[in-house]
Amino acid sequence: MSASSQVLEIEALGKTYGSGAKAVHAVGSVSFAVADRELVCVVGPSGCGKTTLLKCIAGLLRPTRGRVVLRGKVVTRPPEEMALVFQEYSRSLMPWTSVRNNVLLPLRHKRLARQERNRLVEDALGSVGLARFMDHYPWQLSGGMQQRVAIARALAYQPSVLLMDEPFASVDAQTRSDLEDLVLRVRDEYGVTIVFVTHDIDESVYLSDRIVVLTHSPTEVKEELPVELPFPRDQIATKELPEFAQLRAHVYRQIKRERSAEPATTPVPNTGTGV
Amino acid sequence: MPVTGQVAAGVGALPSARPSRLRIVGGRAVYVLVPLASVGAALGLWQLLSATGVISQQYLPSMTTTVRALWDLLLNRNTQATFGAAQTTPFWDAFARTVRGWALGLGIATVLAVPFGIILGTSDYAARAFRVPIEFLRPIPSVVLIPVLLIATPAFGISLRSEVFLATYGAFWPLLVQTMYGVRDVDPVALDTARSFGLGRLERLRRVTLPASVPYIVTGIRLASQVSLILAFTAELVGIGTPGLGQSENVAQSYALNAQVYAIALAAGLLGVAIHVVTSAGERRLLHWHASQRTRNR
Amino acid sequence: MSKRGSEAIKIALEILVPVALVGAWQLEAMHAHSKKFATPWSALVYFPHVVHNLWPTLERLAAAFALGTLAGVAIGLPLGLSFWARHAAMPHVEFWRNIPPTAVLPVSILLLHSIGDRQKIGFGLFFASFPVLLNTIDAVRGIEPTMVETARSFRVSRRERIRRLVLPAALPQIVAGMRNSLALSLILILVAEYYSSTNGLGYVLLNSKNTFVYRPMWSAILMIGLLGYALNALFLLFERRALGWHRGWRAATPQ
Repeated sequence: MSASSQVLEIEALGKTYGSGAKAVHAVGSVSFAVADRELVCVVGPSGCGKTTLLKCIAGLLRPTRGRVVLRGKVVTRPPEEMALVFQEYSRSLMPWTSVRNNVLLPLRHKRLARQERNRLVEDALGSVGLARFMDHYPWQLSGGMQQRVAIARALAYQPSVLLMDEPFASVDAQTRSDLEDLVLRVRDEYGVTIVFVTHDIDESVYLSDRIVVLTHSPTEVKEELPVELPFPRDQIATKELPEFAQLRAHVYRQIKRERSAEPATTPVPNTGTGV
Repeated sequence: MPVTGQVAAGVGALPSARPSRLRIVGGRAVYVLVPLASVGAALGLWQLLSATGVISQQYLPSMTTTVRALWDLLLNRNTQATFGAAQTTPFWDAFARTVRGWALGLGIATVLAVPFGIILGTSDYAARAFRVPIEFLRPIPSVVLIPVLLIATPAFGISLRSEVFLATYGAFWPLLVQTMYGVRDVDPVALDTARSFGLGRLERLRRVTLPASVPYIVTGIRLASQVSLILAFTAELVGIGTPGLGQSENVAQSYALNAQVYAIALAAGLLGVAIHVVTSAGERRLLHWHASQRTRNR
Repeated sequence: MSKRGSEAIKIALEILVPVALVGAWQLEAMHAHSKKFATPWSALVYFPHVVHNLWPTLERLAAAFALGTLAGVAIGLPLGLSFWARHAAMPHVEFWRNIPPTAVLPVSILLLHSIGDRQKIGFGLFFASFPVLLNTIDAVRGIEPTMVETARSFRVSRRERIRRLVLPAALPQIVAGMRNSLALSLILILVAEYYSSTNGLGYVLLNSKNTFVYRPMWSAILMIGLLGYALNALFLLFERRALGWHRGWRAATPQ
């Protein structure tokens, strides 16, 4: 892949809390790149700092080491073209106002005509299939629907990069498959680049073009795995393919190795800047 | 994951692992210095406003004058000269009387409110029977009792009994409500578990309900304590006029001894703070295990 | 006992006990034949003679409550947002919330050199602001971090975040503080009037004591009781309106 098609580059990203003996290395040194319109899944053992990593990429946390580069510009605060979808939808949606106003919030500061804003909101809610619920309160909807509202909110914002932090972990299995297909559809319709963090191995294989497997703490990239399964993906057909099972088993083994490995005696890469 | 603690930095700027600049510059000491400096600034402002006459000394005695007056009071100095011919209660006597009124009010309220609250909390019949009277009496400001007590001679009138009655009445309600909530808030699963192990009604009360409601009761005592002090002081200052800090302040005011008025108010404030510190510390000590205390120190 | 039977008994108790208590008051007062104690009925009947003192009290109460709430929110918001502001303000807040307000009453008369509306409202609004202030600080500090992060990730400006996120999210707790503040305002105004004033319900109590005429006093007491009850009921209505979403949300979301 040529450098010019790399939308997002994460270079030796590290995050440490505290200092000295009590230092907590949430992220050790993570490097990978994401091409335009690619869907990259990030998987790793529990507690390996996936959420911290994503927040650093999103510009919500300042990394201790390394940097994130979006289209050639270093990320120091939340960039205009990025949108983030959290796992806890019920805590990220505002319960005192309608679904429509929730989706509208990020658009308010963008210089858009009111008509244009409303169109974006309606289109986004339409893409996730919630056009009928625009004037409901979020808590009147089911968990899966609320997460779709969060996705619609991110879409209306018209980002070029979508970051998703275990968005379907709090949702039941059947709804989860619907939402997974929604993400694939969204990537095709909107042409967004997606970084998708998950602990669900099946999900990671099903969705991605490429999987980034992380080590346990202090976190590094263990392996990058291209996923050459055909598109369009299907919950039944794709999962019946032998390649699916192989990939799945491979990722599972990698993670299992990480989980059973000793707690980190690997020193954190010393770039001199410290805390 | 250690993330959430860091990120919950309110709606501020980009958080990082670095402590704030002020903390780095000043070290741990800033946690004490900043509040101290703030108090110093306030006292300084007071002095400035008064000494320069921006606010006339007639209305606002200067800080130094007030502090000196308080100091004189604490040392029981000059009271004769200050208050003229009138026999007034020496400061520490008055102080003790106010504390006594507070303590009796709180004590009697506790003895009455906790059992009654437990009964109302556990028995639905009792709760329903007394719901209307409680809802009606509770919002009645205790101050209206003052004239009633004054005319209810010889049983009440101007006496310690009136002061204590008032303090008790005020302290009773928050404690009653807290106790009721605490008893009602017991986890039904815990009660069912106890019942399935064969514990009788009284046993369940003793071993499940009461321990679980202790946090609420203790909070109620803290609230009641605050109200009791206010009403004891009010009884002394307004209307009833039993000896105590309140009465001393009233006397000072009637003799236009403004510095004393401010000084006694200051002393009352410090007494209130002292009581609050003691009751809060007790609350924390007794409840360090309870969930509500665990989440408080975010 | 059957469910319906026990429910019937409860309703009966709910009605009979208050009636019995009021009846006891009535009988006792009638029996005592004392000039000092009035029966509930005669107190009620005397209302028209006392009501012209209701209005000054009500006005002061409204002013103290409204201004106190505004002050509580206006000061609580920055204190809730800034750690150092809160730390600097801490000794002041702790002192003023623990001082018996009555101790400050003579001070307020001196400082504001008046015993008129200015002093009463000033005194009332100062202390009535505390429940709202404390609740506002608590609410702002306790705002769901995920919501804040979401807003930040969408580059919502600080001012917008405060306007559209912090204030609405803090509203339920602020309203709870307002409810305490309302009850407190009534007490404060009455005490201020009872200590020294020329009109108002507190003045009626004061005057009765001085003139030894007691019917107005009982009438005023009854009126105050009803006023307290009515204010509380009205506030509940307001709360239901303002926080409709909150009840639905709490019912739907596991806490």
